[in-house]
Amino acid sequence: MNVKKQFMDGLITQNAALVQLLGMCPLLAITTSLFNGLGMGVAVIIILTCSNVVISALRKIIPNKVRIACYIVVIAGFVTMVDLLLKGFVPALSASLGLFIPLIVVNCVILGRAEGFSSKNGIGASALDGIFQGFGYMVALVIMSVVREFLGAGTFGGGLLNDGKGIQILPSGTEALGMILPVGGFLTLGVVIAVVQYFMNKPKKNKEVAK
Amino acid sequence: MESITSLLSIALGAILVNNFVLSQFLGICPFMGVSKKVETALGMGMAVTFVMGVASAVNWPINEFLNAKGLDFMQTVTFILVIASLVQFVEMFLQKAMPSLYEALGVYLPLITTNCAVLGVTLQNAQKSYNFGESLTYGITGGLGFLLAIVLFASVRERMEFAKCPKCFEGFPIALVAASLISLAFMGFSGLKVW
Repeated sequence: MNVKKQFMDGLITQNAALVQLLGMCPLLAITTSLFNGLGMGVAVIIILTCSNVVISALRKIIPNKVRIACYIVVIAGFVTMVDLLLKGFVPALSASLGLFIPLIVVNCVILGRAEGFSSKNGIGASALDGIFQGFGYMVALVIMSVVREFLGAGTFGGGLLNDGKGIQILPSGTEALGMILPVGGFLTLGVVIAVVQYFMNKPKKNKEVAK
Repeated sequence: MESITSLLSIALGAILVNNFVLSQFLGICPFMGVSKKVETALGMGMAVTFVMGVASAVNWPINEFLNAKGLDFMQTVTFILVIASLVQFVEMFLQKAMPSLYEALGVYLPLITTNCAVLGVTLQNAQKSYNFGESLTYGITGGLGFLLAIVLFASVRERMEFAKCPKCFEGFPIALVAASLISLAFMGFSGLKVW
């Protein structure tokens, strides 16, 4: 198994959020503070890894025609577990993510990996794939939330550092509230993907020039 | 008996003030994926409206049953199964009854299952403990809000095809920037109320 390639795929070349453009809804909706972004990322890593392992283990039993329904039931089971665990142990996170925890069921990242990877590969590879892809998704969430929190509230690490208030970086009164609102979500994601596209296309151009 | 005013305020909220796509971020995937042409956007919007309405109606008695049995932690699993089978039914029905619409929607029809607006509306109905009439209204008008947003966005995107923009912004990023401007326009509706 090519672990290094899997890692690079998950983190950069096949990054679920920024390159494959999957799982947009939570990426836009909950990335208003570092706490939310990290929490969502960890939840996705756990669910993705568990569901990848189970689906990979069951891949020879599940009939092809009803496979999507089977995947969804497996994913929904893990999502319910994580939802209940968060409610019990991290109620603050559960409250601020709200509806978007049960909605991980329909996050295309997880169903996409089930269909595209774990239904064709062994258990070990699928577990690694879940961890790496989930990690890549978490990196995207964290980038989004750091940018939006900095511009929108002028803080870093809100909900996590400094008794949940975050470290004030911009002087108060200079923050652009719009960045925390839906407008800022769309705008930030647009700019972040543009930056990624810029850097993804750059090395190719250099090679063409060299030829 | 619910008053007409409360239904009206739910409808207004779902279509304009708390638009599913532009202020609640539900159903972004089809919103970005199926909005290159106005016609397909219209078809997708109508199919989603229909599924959201039916899903709200069907999931209401199921939720009542789950609550009565103390099984409300099973909500997510049950709702998604109901929605998946519902979409399958709609697909078979359209294939028989309206083949032309079925052809036009193509691969997007099964994808409605993973549209978070549909699961989102049923979960919200359960959370807000709406009664049957309110759930149905919320489902249908939420779908109409989705329809409005996706059609508006598709018409903006059709024009954008010919506009010049920096190379790295081409395609998806510039569409997101446009979506952010539409969402800014919808912010103007916040504070709107039915008296």
